[in-house]
Amino acid sequence: MALNSKVPKGPIKDKWTTYKDKINLVNPANKRLIDVIVVGTGLAGGSAAATLAELGYNVKAFCYQDSPRRAHSIAAQGGINAAKNYQGDGDSTYRLFYDTVKGGDYRSREANVYRLAEVSANIIDQCVAQGVPFARDYGGLLDNRSFGGVLVSRTFYAKGQTGQQLLLGAYSAMNRQIARGKIEMFNRHEMLDVVKIDGKARGIIARNLITGEIERHSAHAVVIASGGYGNVYFLSTNAMGSNATAAWKIHKKGAYFANPCYTQIHPTCIPRSGDYQSKLTLMSESLRNDGRIWVPKHMDDVIAIREGKKKPTDLSEDERDYYLERRYPAFGNLVPRDVASRAAKERCDAGYGVNATGEAVYLDFASAIQRYGKEQAKIHNIENPSAQKIYDLGKAIVEAKYGNLFQMYEKIVDENPYETPMMIYPATHYTMGGVWVDYNLMTTVDGLYCIGEANFSDHGANRLGASALMQGLADGYFVLPYTIGDYLANEIRTGQIPTDTPEFDEAEKEVKDRIDFFINNEGEHSVDYYHKKLGQIMWDKCGMARNEQGLKEAMSEIKALREDFWKNVKVPGNANEMNPELEKAGRVADFLELGELFAKDALNRNESCGGHFREESVELDGEQKGEAKRNDEAFTYVAAWEYKGEPADAVLHKEELEFNDIELKQRSYK
Amino acid sequence: MSDKGMNLTLRIWRQKDSNSKGQMVDYKVTEISEHMSFLEMMDVLNEQLIAQGEEPVAFDHDCREGICGMCSMYINGEAHGPDRGVTTCQLHMRMFNDGDTITIEPFRAAAFPVIKDLVVDRTSFDRIQHAGGYISVNTSGNTQDANALPISKHAADEAMDAATCIGCGACVATCKNSSAMLFVGAKVSQYALLPQGQVEAADRVKNMVAQMDLEGFGNCTNTGACEIECPKGISLENIARMNRELMKASVS
Repeated sequence: MALNSKVPKGPIKDKWTTYKDKINLVNPANKRLIDVIVVGTGLAGGSAAATLAELGYNVKAFCYQDSPRRAHSIAAQGGINAAKNYQGDGDSTYRLFYDTVKGGDYRSREANVYRLAEVSANIIDQCVAQGVPFARDYGGLLDNRSFGGVLVSRTFYAKGQTGQQLLLGAYSAMNRQIARGKIEMFNRHEMLDVVKIDGKARGIIARNLITGEIERHSAHAVVIASGGYGNVYFLSTNAMGSNATAAWKIHKKGAYFANPCYTQIHPTCIPRSGDYQSKLTLMSESLRNDGRIWVPKHMDDVIAIREGKKKPTDLSEDERDYYLERRYPAFGNLVPRDVASRAAKERCDAGYGVNATGEAVYLDFASAIQRYGKEQAKIHNIENPSAQKIYDLGKAIVEAKYGNLFQMYEKIVDENPYETPMMIYPATHYTMGGVWVDYNLMTTVDGLYCIGEANFSDHGANRLGASALMQGLADGYFVLPYTIGDYLANEIRTGQIPTDTPEFDEAEKEVKDRIDFFINNEGEHSVDYYHKKLGQIMWDKCGMARNEQGLKEAMSEIKALREDFWKNVKVPGNANEMNPELEKAGRVADFLELGELFAKDALNRNESCGGHFREESVELDGEQKGEAKRNDEAFTYVAAWEYKGEPADAVLHKEELEFNDIELKQRSYK
Repeated sequence: MSDKGMNLTLRIWRQKDSNSKGQMVDYKVTEISEHMSFLEMMDVLNEQLIAQGEEPVAFDHDCREGICGMCSMYINGEAHGPDRGVTTCQLHMRMFNDGDTITIEPFRAAAFPVIKDLVVDRTSFDRIQHAGGYISVNTSGNTQDANALPISKHAADEAMDAATCIGCGACVATCKNSSAMLFVGAKVSQYALLPQGQVEAADRVKNMVAQMDLEGFGNCTNTGACEIECPKGISLENIARMNRELMKASVS
């Protein structure tokens, strides 16, 4: 099947408006005859479910958590971008569009990104109207901060809990519709397959996680909003339950999976402390507004620090290597995430890591505390303030901005980051790749949509900070509710979809057979045993730097691990009860396939772009020496993979990317 | 404590399902590092149980960074355990000593029935929110510009402090009356402090409080235990504000 992105014709500025004016609508009375399933209740799924229900569709929403409010969007910290230009610093729709395409290393679809930038301002208006308590300045207007990869302040925030507040906003909109009976909410339910009838998505098979019951749910369209696949690495900043099962199941039923190798390794996470580690914790990118990243300049200081003979605060300014400021003077500590992560890896690989594992760099707030302290002393007319006074005043400002993050750090590491620099290291955080969708956010299966992190669309090869929340809400509040109407307009005469059909029988049987296998297979090893092994292969060979040999090894090692899993995995308990190990088994089985496709995609893309860094493709000389080298002639396309059984046999389809409104350039943050 | 870490006895509530009777069962874990989180210690126990062919302990958890509100253990008689300002997932083993016996129970309240082991049903919180935990504005995006209505920084900050509630239920589990007034007070306050919440303020507080009572939560007798155990430091002032709002709504 040839890929058709369905991008409307015309100038980029008018595409979305003109398109919306012409697409089919469903009249209010007919909307009542149409059912839509939404899987996942994060920012994308929650906002989509609420909006579709408001419009009049009958929505069934599913989440595996005990409440929709707990979806992992809740953990997003730093903020949400919007081209409001409230700061008057030169922001505009075009500039947000440009920054996003450039930040994504020219591997995203122009028309989708422009639309995202266009609707971004509405998100802020909407959220304020819902009662989201964004940070404000003393005049009562909304405050902004800066994020990596841009030169303006366009990030709106609610302390370090922006994701929480936006999700609670979407959750409140859902609650209003649940109360009206327009959303039927299925908590503690997991989608285990999609059901297709005559080529169209017509429902799902879901497991009730409390009783173990397998349920059939039908609808006229199915929306997948189940988030990313970062947990393929076992250790990531994702929630323990975050999984790729919904996305992977639809891939196996005909939805192409695009650019799986585009994964974001976030530069500022708390380093791992031991083998028992179950997840990694992010320290928001917003900290790079005020924190300076460094390692010691001299190896003897590194050794002394590791041995506990010196403290980081003992080192003078000229004994420190602020390597981001040194290498990238224009953007300094606010380079994009992929660049910051690789720079940390480069220093640690060279032996300058500052903790016992050698995998940590410092994020230091001492100079910010000084700067704010002096500013506050001026504001409060304090003449000749003492050093302690300056420190106290400055600390209060830093605490107001990042207090909850500092507290989180202290609880985990048991060190006070106001007094000693934080230690950080990159960790898997976000996946730019995902299910391929067209301009309507429809997958290659009719009536099957994919939104938010689960799709591939807007961030190219690298996502800028504070853009995930923007995309999730844009898709759910402002894009899907229009585009899905164009499809559903043809469904007004369909009538309710019955679930007693052979297609539902077959899908349910497949799901039950798999569960029975897990319960009855009296293997040797727990699910986590396999998940950790998979994670290690992914981190070592598909991590921050990749090469041909490693990727080939990864493919065969994952395949072997998968075969072993299907022989020797051990799942205790029964199918007809709450059984967390059984839930994990199904998710890891899917990760064991996705991981191999990931490696295959990374092997195919023999260029470095964004988060995907191939050691074979670097600049060899000039100012950019050692930086990632894109190959626009050969790789300016989306790699969309069609399922053919084994992941290694997946067939590549290319969506060529056209750049009419932005000139392709090497990204330079120097 | 030896270099090898702590040896601990865990006394854990086991209950097959909501219809079965539960009981406390003792388990031993060894070589527990002080740097582990409490839930990582539980992972160690569960891997051990699986290897021995026993059923692992079911417990709720998800983000493991203190924000989703899913984890919910009652540890040594305290919701989320002995540390302050943390959820169970943020509790670290450095708070315990070699040789300790740790008692682990589910959050207990009539309105939080046990589903299995340490997992409880907190959908009563959702139903309270359905009763009015929202502002009735459509998500069309056609609202006024976000800066058209200035809100004082003080009010916005106070609303934010109330809005940081993660809905974990520690307040209910801690309260001798199993009262949910800190939770409901926080939500009512967030909207009461913002101009956007004024239009529906009276109905909101009346409906949410009515639903709270219907769910079987107890009343508040001002012991303040909820505020102490709240991982997000939600202030008792929110309960006072809710009571004022309810009073206002009832007389007008």
